[in-house]
Amino acid sequence: MQPLRGYRKALPGTQPEYLHPPYRSSARRAPTQPPISLPDTLSEITGPIFPKDIVGAKACDLTRQGRTEPLGERIIVTGKVMDEDGRPVRESLVEIWQANAAGRYLHKWDQHDAPLDPNFIGVGQAFTDEEGRYRFMTIRPGAYPWKNHANAWRPQHIHFSLFGPAFATRLVTQMYFPGDPLLEFDPIFNSVSDEAARNSLISRFDWDPTTPEIALGFRFDIILRGRNATPMESK
Amino acid sequence: MSSRTTPSQTVGPFYSIGFSWLERTDLTGGAGTGAHLTVRGRVLDGDGQPVPDAVLEIWQADAQGRYAHPEDARELIGNPFFGFGRVPVNDAGEFCFKTVKPGSVTRADGVKQAPHLEISLFMRGLLRRLVTRIYFPAEPENGSDIVLARVPIARRHTLIARPDAKSGNTLLWDVHLQGDKETVFFDY
Repeated sequence: MQPLRGYRKALPGTQPEYLHPPYRSSARRAPTQPPISLPDTLSEITGPIFPKDIVGAKACDLTRQGRTEPLGERIIVTGKVMDEDGRPVRESLVEIWQANAAGRYLHKWDQHDAPLDPNFIGVGQAFTDEEGRYRFMTIRPGAYPWKNHANAWRPQHIHFSLFGPAFATRLVTQMYFPGDPLLEFDPIFNSVSDEAARNSLISRFDWDPTTPEIALGFRFDIILRGRNATPMESK
Repeated sequence: MSSRTTPSQTVGPFYSIGFSWLERTDLTGGAGTGAHLTVRGRVLDGDGQPVPDAVLEIWQADAQGRYAHPEDARELIGNPFFGFGRVPVNDAGEFCFKTVKPGSVTRADGVKQAPHLEISLFMRGLLRRLVTRIYFPAEPENGSDIVLARVPIARRHTLIARPDAKSGNTLLWDVHLQGDKETVFFDY
């Protein structure tokens, strides 16, 4: 019988704290009691493994979900999903959602006075391949105002949701764009105190996926938690 | 050299456009055996106000305590139970899902866990998910569960669902993000 192989904890500063006062809505939603450390159990090293056929072939192309092409700058977003030891996360579900080129979400609560685009839903899904690669075709999202503080604007971003191989590896994050002047003022981006970890949320322009006459390419690699090197005995 | 896990960021207020395609509030499909039950509750913030923009994800074993995952080496006996749920709250912060009561989960070394549901909680204002568990009332194995044993006795009740006096197969479980009744959350 094999002991359980758990997942490594995050290094200090590389993940946000729950309470981050500059991000106003964390104040009444962040727990005040310290979290209790879980032992390694089967419940966290397992997790949903989705069959690939739950996602349609067009789900990775957000420019083909309307009657005609959406407005805005077409971009390709691609990257590799790996664990902390560089092993590819294979055949794993990736979900994205985002605002349109004008900075407006197709959501009943989004009141930003910017136009909706009838040809842009802003939602996509893909599975990683055998090397952990994923690829989306989409529209570069616009920046938009929010009510966090006076004259607050979110930098351009795409939301990413990943499952990986276990409950322990579940990750929801946001991808940003290089050179965005709003990044230094954004309390959500700056909730990660470790500079290198924070900057890993910024995609980079990449000639490799950039396609002549079609779209610029941005590369965003995602690292999910790695496993303990040797099986841990735990109670 | 190993690299660092990508930092988490909030799902934001509009996550539902990205999450709704995979909503799953009835987990009983393919479950075969096992008692069906309904779990209802609310998500409340530090002011006791309902949170209208939260979503729960559920992960659980089947009625025999087996996970549909390759690292649960025990054979699934003709049972396609999947064990994943994605349950949004409504505008009043209320959620409701149907599932099958999981069996107790036995580790390869023989250590048993009482029946439980793993819960991830996402919402605007949370920069990373909260992880908690739902246990079942009047369950003899709760007394020897290795996770409950780590929780101060005075706070254990926040993890154990209550029977609904009005409906025999319904359990009630609320999430309190802060305050006297603050739910126990886990670090894993």
